[in-house]
Amino acid sequence: MAHKPELGAPQMAARTSVACSQLQFPGDRSRRKTSKKQTSKAEGTSGRHRAQSGQKEEAGGNLRPGSPRRKQSERRRRQEELGEQKRSPAGRNLEGRRKRDGKASFRGQRVPPEKEKEVPKEETWKQLKKHRSTSLASSASGGESLSEEELTWILEQVEEKKKLIATMRNKPWPMAKKLTELREAQAFVEKYEGALGKGKGKRLYAYRMLMAKKWVKFKRDFGNFKTQCIPWEMKIKDIESHFGSSVASYFIFLRWMYGVNLVLFGLIFGLIIIPEVLMGMPYGSIPRKTVPRAEEEKAMDFSVLWDFEGYIKYSALFYGYYNNQRTIGWLRYRLPMAYFMVGVSVFGYSLMIVIRSMASNTQGSTSEGENDNFTFSFKMFTSWDYLIGNSETADNKYASITTSFKESIVDEQESNKEENIHLTRFLRVLANFLIICCLCGSGYLIYFVVKRSQEFSKMQNVSWYERNEVEIVMSLLGMFCPPLFETIAALENYHPRIGLKWQLGRIFALFLGNLYTFLLALMDDVHLKLSNEDTVKNITHWTLFNYYNSSGWNESVPRPPLHPADVPRGSCWETAVGIEFMRLTVSDMLVTYITILLGDFLRACFVRFMNYCWCWDLEAGFPSYAEFDISGNVLGLIFNQGMIWMGSFYAPGLVGVNVLRLLTSMYFQCWAVMSSNVPHERVFKASRSNNFYMGLLLLVLFLSLLPVAYTIMSLPPSFDCGPFSGKNRMYDVIQETIENDFPTFLGKIFAFLANPGLIIPAILLMFLAIYYLNSVSKSLARANAQLRKKIQALREVEKSHKSVKGSAMVKDSGYTLKGSSKNATQFQLTKEGTTLHSSSQSQTPDQKAQGPGTSSSAGRTSLSTTKHIPVSPPPRDSGQPLPQTHPWRSASGKSARRPPPDN
Amino acid sequence: MGNKQTVFTREQLEAYQDCTFFTRKEIMRLFYRYQDLAPQLVPLDYTSYPDVKVPYELIGSMPELKDNPFRQRIAQVFSEDGDGHMTLDNFLDMFSVMSEMAPRDLKAYYAFKIYDFNNDDSICAWDLEQTVTRLTRGELSAEEVSLVCEKVLDEADGDHDGRLSLEDFQNMILRAPDFLSTFHIRI
Repeated sequence: MAHKPELGAPQMAARTSVACSQLQFPGDRSRRKTSKKQTSKAEGTSGRHRAQSGQKEEAGGNLRPGSPRRKQSERRRRQEELGEQKRSPAGRNLEGRRKRDGKASFRGQRVPPEKEKEVPKEETWKQLKKHRSTSLASSASGGESLSEEELTWILEQVEEKKKLIATMRNKPWPMAKKLTELREAQAFVEKYEGALGKGKGKRLYAYRMLMAKKWVKFKRDFGNFKTQCIPWEMKIKDIESHFGSSVASYFIFLRWMYGVNLVLFGLIFGLIIIPEVLMGMPYGSIPRKTVPRAEEEKAMDFSVLWDFEGYIKYSALFYGYYNNQRTIGWLRYRLPMAYFMVGVSVFGYSLMIVIRSMASNTQGSTSEGENDNFTFSFKMFTSWDYLIGNSETADNKYASITTSFKESIVDEQESNKEENIHLTRFLRVLANFLIICCLCGSGYLIYFVVKRSQEFSKMQNVSWYERNEVEIVMSLLGMFCPPLFETIAALENYHPRIGLKWQLGRIFALFLGNLYTFLLALMDDVHLKLSNEDTVKNITHWTLFNYYNSSGWNESVPRPPLHPADVPRGSCWETAVGIEFMRLTVSDMLVTYITILLGDFLRACFVRFMNYCWCWDLEAGFPSYAEFDISGNVLGLIFNQGMIWMGSFYAPGLVGVNVLRLLTSMYFQCWAVMSSNVPHERVFKASRSNNFYMGLLLLVLFLSLLPVAYTIMSLPPSFDCGPFSGKNRMYDVIQETIENDFPTFLGKIFAFLANPGLIIPAILLMFLAIYYLNSVSKSLARANAQLRKKIQALREVEKSHKSVKGSAMVKDSGYTLKGSSKNATQFQLTKEGTTLHSSSQSQTPDQKAQGPGTSSSAGRTSLSTTKHIPVSPPPRDSGQPLPQTHPWRSASGKSARRPPPDN
Repeated sequence: MGNKQTVFTREQLEAYQDCTFFTRKEIMRLFYRYQDLAPQLVPLDYTSYPDVKVPYELIGSMPELKDNPFRQRIAQVFSEDGDGHMTLDNFLDMFSVMSEMAPRDLKAYYAFKIYDFNNDDSICAWDLEQTVTRLTRGELSAEEVSLVCEKVLDEADGDHDGRLSLEDFQNMILRAPDFLSTFHIRI
């Protein structure tokens, strides 16, 4: 708004800041010719000027209250007069000064179009520039002393205009005004920039200006390009307008997840799979890369491939395929090392990105504690979601707003209403007991099934069901337990918001329990395989020994090596684990899709088309359409990601499968939600739960890190498959690399760093740092709370003051006080207040003003009369500083500014 | 792209990009939305600044606005004469303020104007009653409405003049956690 300076301020600053240039510009020694006497004065005025311009800055960024249009027009009028005054002499003097000032203005113009955050920097620039130019002018000609002010003024104007151009879109003006202002500002900048730019550095200056313009244009185009690159923007917008922001938040989360998985996929694919496929030994060259003879017949059958056996099992998708050669190909690529490092960095990258997005989420949100003060206001002014563009959603929103208002009213009226607390408690305990039983039961069921599947895996010709029992049981549990929990939770009679949190927590516990039971059972399996490994190893050696030493072959010709398919081999447990996760992911995906098809789409079709010939209204009655299950979907996505993290070390192809899954589910779910779901009745706030999801994701990431770390650190790798075969532990690959590929002193340093004597102090130091930071944050939080308390106290004081006014009025006009208990308490406060504040001077005008109002509205309660106090038009003079920070002062200020009572 | 479209000159597009929070493509999309509202009324050539207004009945029937209880207010606030009939400039203005990128202060300023039904530069009890009635479709009883208005004034009225001034409103709305996420229209 205040894009032009107050009258006189810049001139004064310019005149006096001449002296400042001496202090701040030692580089300009030759040009310093002004006296030092002015220094002190200059300091003062320039400081004042800085304050003023700071204020201007603020005004440009924030919207000033008051009636801005009136103010603007007023100010513009003033400006134009000012402009007429200023520009004419400026134009006159410009010709003479161009040569001298070329450099100065050039320095000034290099300031890029500022954003608001660069304000302080910009301020100093202004100062510098001003000083420079004035000192220049004064050094060259004493006769044109007036013109230097003009020059500074112009420079300042140019800067102001530039800033105005940059922040034009933040102004609350109608477009026509913005356009004319923009045009004016651009014309001004164009004119005077050109005018000031003559002289020595003219060419360079022009070039720079050109480049700056090009740069701005490039940035804008790049921004345009970047927004176009965000995928599925329109789809999500569509969903958002139909279902509100809560459902869209799931899809945004899905998109984010897709991005993360793409990066992981690039990492794994680019650094492991492609090098192995291109440079590693080809399929069939060594036993681990060949399908065994016994499986060869069926290895290409679809049913076998579907279970990730056969050719798929012996492919680069799984751990077992990789060879333990230290380097592969002509690049001498260290594949085992790369495999290990990628496995570590998958977790590292995921941790980093999750924590970063959590941090950026928290930055945007304001603190929660303040919200209690404005329950009704927030409900009134921010509850309508302007995104809603669908009448059904709008209907639901109206209903939910009405209920929330009613709830708050009820809360307000009878906040301490408790009914039969014992029954509620009993029911809650019962519900929790039932749910714990469910959780234990599901855990046992999974353990049982996994055990059984191990028996099945030893038997021949098992049926399809027996082979896939684990996956089916887990999926069924995931499908049926959440509704069961919801039914049980109805017993508890919680507030829906709290109930939802409980529900989320319980489903989370269920998923987690299932996953960990599954892992434990898998671990049993792994240990079993590990214990068998020695015998298998012996058999392998024995076979090879027998093969080479058996008689009946021509001794002179060396025997051809045994065909890799015939070599007996161990049961590579890493691949088995990888296959389990792969199957789990695929079956999970299929179950999700089938659930959507059956539960949502077919239901919607049934309801839609059978409604014509049914005895009750299907759409409004029992089956109805399905709602989009946000919490379930998000949790499903999170757990799926957990499985990916766990499995990706043993099945590098898993991330690729997951990318495909996310891609298809994006399109499929978008279609499903638009075609067959109805908007929610219960609104699930998207903005705050977002970090909740991220927190869950972080927890799952941590929990999925544990088993992987355990297997890497404490289980020996299989002896005949995978990149780490033959080593005692997987992490030995690092030691090997350090020993063989780095100079010895580095190896020594690493050995020194790995020494417990150094690690334990480092851990201690970290603990200390955590403790320190924790205590700092605690004390800050305490300070915050105290400040809040102060504000609260201030509000209380204000309220009491308000009721002082109200009661004084009521007493004077002789109306009795009737109404709610709230008024009574206010009245009590009043009595205390009257002793404190001598409110005589504010009473009288109120009373005066109240006269006509009260007579017309006789018989109302005191509060409603207070509303009618016609305070004389609120003071809105443009120069007035905002009485916002100190409401008490503002109130008193207003009462002081009222027209004096005529008695 | 610049050669293909002849609706705006390059300079016009640049100026619009300076004055709104939109990219060139979005501006073009908005223009076509605007043009679709009244195809016979709005010319396809805006280089000569034609003076065209689309009546409120058409603006209010946009899917983005048609379910909004405050659509009439929005249109009135952003139209030039306060009658809800909008020029393209007003139209762009409206969606620029309602876009995601608009800063809190700007949004708060216009939200204030929208909720100020009688245009007296402050939200009085009557304005609040209007707001509540629209939000709940009149399903609250008169006592409930007045109680809610009372509570709102009690909470947010910083200077106790019985009405919310712009300062009060900003002070309150800037603390609202959901204001930014709900006070925006995607287009």
